[in-house]
Amino acid sequence: MAQRIRLQIARYRPEQESEATFDEYEVPYTKEMAVLDGLNFVKDRLDGTLAYRWSCRMGICGSCGMTVNGEPKLTCATFLGDYAPGPLRVEPLRNFPVIRDLIVDIGDFMRKLVRVKPWIVRSAEKPIAGGEYLQTPEQLEEYKPFSMCINCMLCYSACPIYGLDPKFIGPAAIALAQRYNLDNRDEGSADRMEVLSEHEGIWGCTFVGECTKVCPKHVDPAGAIQRYKLTAAIDSMKAFFAPRGA
Amino acid sequence: MLRRHPEPLLWMLFSAGGVVSGMLMPVLVLLFGVAYPLGVVDAPTYDGLRALVANPIAALVLFTLCALSFLHWAHRFRHTLYDGLQIKHLNEVIAVVSYGVALVGSGVAAYLLWQLS
Repeated sequence: MAQRIRLQIARYRPEQESEATFDEYEVPYTKEMAVLDGLNFVKDRLDGTLAYRWSCRMGICGSCGMTVNGEPKLTCATFLGDYAPGPLRVEPLRNFPVIRDLIVDIGDFMRKLVRVKPWIVRSAEKPIAGGEYLQTPEQLEEYKPFSMCINCMLCYSACPIYGLDPKFIGPAAIALAQRYNLDNRDEGSADRMEVLSEHEGIWGCTFVGECTKVCPKHVDPAGAIQRYKLTAAIDSMKAFFAPRGA
Repeated sequence: MLRRHPEPLLWMLFSAGGVVSGMLMPVLVLLFGVAYPLGVVDAPTYDGLRALVANPIAALVLFTLCALSFLHWAHRFRHTLYDGLQIKHLNEVIAVVSYGVALVGSGVAAYLLWQLS
């Protein structure tokens, strides 16, 4: 027998209202139902006008990040039963402009992500006949934790620095830059250094650590940033003492 | 040439200050603030400490500890003002005051250590 939980869902319909309001819905739940299932119940049975993003339902696509009772969460991996009997508040991710209801504008993040070249950069590809680029398990382990990022932007929502200064390039972009910097097949770290060593790159971070706390994939962006600060500082000292790239 | 801004250097001094003060300050506070006054361990004599401080290596260690701790404070204070009070538009003033206080403090430490040598 399903129990019931009350959901307070942020609504924002720009053609009707200038500020977000809350609508309350009561939905049945069982212990395996996630907050996303609750939203789907509302959309399918109670109010078809509710707008939100989702896709895979299994913590891989990174689409369903929202603010659940004040905390950034993947709604597919957050369970209704943990918040019973409610009311449970679902709001859009913080620090992003809201387009409609629970949908935020992620354009800023997408533009920043591209700037750090999150792909393997090589000056010359070897011919296909040359075979694969082999890696040892140790070389894989170097960058693997950072490769778990699913671009869900929970870290941007949790980061107080990004909230204060939207120019800050942000946790996931830096962690993803490190994912490629630490890959032994990659040759793009100098290009990324240009972007990351700007004031709005790593130096914007004051190591609050919220990004790591909320990351659903345990990526540790805060750790990535501090490690990169050391790399960049050493690089900068080298440039100071040996300006000709010696 | 430094890359566009002095932040890497300031961050390195901040880090060094954090490590040095984090490692040494608790020991000094425990010794001089608790263990010696309570007689848990025998306190060194005035003359003994005076002779220790007069040693150039001890003076250098103490100066490094003071200067890096001040610089650690300055960096942290600056960022706390920026983000905590959200007064980033006063950037130059805050930076001059924070690092200025750290430099003056380091200067005073150097002067005192020199007087004791």
